[in-house]
Amino acid sequence: MNRIIRLVIGLFMLPAMLSAQPVEMADTMRSEGKIYVVVAILLLIFAGVITYLVMLDRKISRIEKKLPPESGS
Amino acid sequence: MKTWAKILSVVLLVYTIVAGFLFTVPRLNIVNESIRSLYFHVPMWFGMIALFTVSLVYSILYLNKPSFKRDTYAVEFVHAGILLNLLGLTTGMIWANYTWGSPWHGDPKQNGAAIALLIYLAYFVLRGSIENEDQKARLSAVYNIFAYAAMIPLLFIIPRMTSSMHPGNGGNPGFNAYDLDSNMRLVFYPAVLGWGLLGTWIATLRVRVRLLNDRLLNLNNE
Repeated sequence: MNRIIRLVIGLFMLPAMLSAQPVEMADTMRSEGKIYVVVAILLLIFAGVITYLVMLDRKISRIEKKLPPESGS
Repeated sequence: MKTWAKILSVVLLVYTIVAGFLFTVPRLNIVNESIRSLYFHVPMWFGMIALFTVSLVYSILYLNKPSFKRDTYAVEFVHAGILLNLLGLTTGMIWANYTWGSPWHGDPKQNGAAIALLIYLAYFVLRGSIENEDQKARLSAVYNIFAYAAMIPLLFIIPRMTSSMHPGNGGNPGFNAYDLDSNMRLVFYPAVLGWGLLGTWIATLRVRVRLLNDRLLNLNNE
């Protein structure tokens, strides 16, 4: 008897339980801290790209200094 | 480009990468965590518009008073703008693959972006097909104005008039509609500025190389 009542209550609550299901996000990854690995890798790649750009920038600056001033073309 | 602008760009983009992955975002079905692509995909388009606008201004300035420098700015800002266009298009395809079901949907927004890319690629076809430097610069400056005028309706008007699945178009709400606590804006606006400045930096490097090349050629001719 007790079991049947519990089953009926459970059946009534089923739609509510389904609709209340949260949207799936990477919560596990965040709780494990693995997301910091992703951020670290992206930051490293970004740092590499920026270092490359800065070196290119300085190289161009050096060549600009070697040449006589612009004639104003 | 001033040094502080380059530093600002790097600082903003470091912030974008860190905050873009760690800050909270709205929990939405279908897009799920991929909503974070907003900080990387959309700034490509904002940056492209900014670069193409700079190019347009220099083309108008060139027609007003021709100079090699103005032509150089017009060309190289289109160059860097096309880079951002390609990145925006391909990142959009990846995103579409996982939210719309396939990389290319023939969506008006996608088609418009692809046509805009072709129009701007034709700018280089035009330049490559004219020998005379002054004619090349003048005709391509006129074409550049046309290209800009064609791009705006392709990207911003047609997708809004027809049915498009792209957020913010064809009756779909943009992500700003879900960003009720403005958490995403906190990352999105700095991201747009950061990526835009990075694109400008790359464009100015190309400008400097082309100006240097011209000065070397002038030295050899003297």
